[in-house]
Amino acid sequence: MKWFDYAAPRSLAEALDLLARNPRARPFAGGTDLLVQMRAGQLDPDLLVDLKHIPELNELDCDGSGTLRLGAAVPCCRIYEDERVRRHWPALAEVAEMIGGIPIQSRASLGGNLCNAAPSADSVPVLIALRAVCRIAGPLGERRIAVEEFCTGPGQTVLGPGELLVGFEIPPPEPASGACYLRFTPRAEMDIAVAGAAAAVRLSNGVIAWARVALAAVAPTPLLVREAGDWLADKAPTEENIREAAELARKAAKPITDMRGTAEQRRHLVGVLTRRALQQAIARAREAQP
Amino acid sequence: MTREKVRVQAIVNEQPVEFLCEPRQSLLECLRDILGLTGAKEGCNDGNCGACAVIMDGRLVNSCLVLGVEAHGRRITTIEGLARGAELHPIQRAFLEQGAVQCGFCTPGLILATKVLLDRHPDPSEPQIRRWLANHLCRCTGYDKIVRAVRKAAAELREVRA
Repeated sequence: MKWFDYAAPRSLAEALDLLARNPRARPFAGGTDLLVQMRAGQLDPDLLVDLKHIPELNELDCDGSGTLRLGAAVPCCRIYEDERVRRHWPALAEVAEMIGGIPIQSRASLGGNLCNAAPSADSVPVLIALRAVCRIAGPLGERRIAVEEFCTGPGQTVLGPGELLVGFEIPPPEPASGACYLRFTPRAEMDIAVAGAAAAVRLSNGVIAWARVALAAVAPTPLLVREAGDWLADKAPTEENIREAAELARKAAKPITDMRGTAEQRRHLVGVLTRRALQQAIARAREAQP
Repeated sequence: MTREKVRVQAIVNEQPVEFLCEPRQSLLECLRDILGLTGAKEGCNDGNCGACAVIMDGRLVNSCLVLGVEAHGRRITTIEGLARGAELHPIQRAFLEQGAVQCGFCTPGLILATKVLLDRHPDPSEPQIRRWLANHLCRCTGYDKIVRAVRKAAAELREVRA
């Protein structure tokens, strides 16, 4: 690796100042993507700004309204070991446990997973399905955007010069709601999704009040399939309706053929995974009924 | 850029250490090239093989994906820190007895992964063991003997604790 400097600021203000003054600086959380890309010569920053000593970036807490505040640099292991996350957002705990292996999970963060902006990022469809909002800080102050608006292309995000993803706000689970993420990989662990699908639903009076479906690895960015959720709204959670929503997701996918799978296989997988993720999300919503 | 080396103070294998390193040096390079602890191995150097795994503040990490400067103020355990003098740690003994060591390249990482697993889950199921060791590649013995060694070590450590 080429020479770079290292800074470990203790406050968000200090980190933002370092990023604003050094256009060739990169934020550094778990490093499980960043250091690999630097070694491969794909990135050569002059300065790494370590985010792991900044309180806001390491926050994992529920506020008074029950919203989960998740710092961008919190490693996966802290997410899936947290009892509140396991109880109220099990799909989030599961995906944190699915990324990489144990030593990766000691370091890798969901903020890093999002900022790396790989179309195959496992945690992003889950965050989208759960209506997570990104908190972004920068030279012009703070702004908030929905996770589905964050990635603009492979490796590309909405972050402007000097901007930093601080964390996520994930709304409290509604009564009778559930979520699930499923992916297809040749190997159970340590693999990258050929395709993935996340679903979240809320049941009310025997019908689906709302649903959200988001996909991994089948478009240039993680993909929210609004038409699948819109179609399910106010409908009974029947096999037939689930199949139709899965068909809409299949049609919305824009997969490519690469070393991990063909476009045709991926499109097929989207249908299967969306159907199963919806079934499991609905089963969870039934269990969560008050 | 300043191009200045950074002073790092850490606890490595229960001993305070102090060293100078370049920010670009991984913890693995610092352990091997500066501190002379060559137990952690460089396999893939990108987080896939687990040969470089060490324990940092109770968590298993791939030392190739940690910067040496990040070790400042942290507690690191490498394979060199497991045996007590000539007496092997029960996990090390189990790996030998079960034939779970052949060329030995993956062994330090696997043994440290087993240590963290058994510290947290004294009686792991086989699927749990296999999941915990999924980040470690062994190209010699295959994994059955390794899994057997982990179960043996778990049983032995439970007996010691009881």
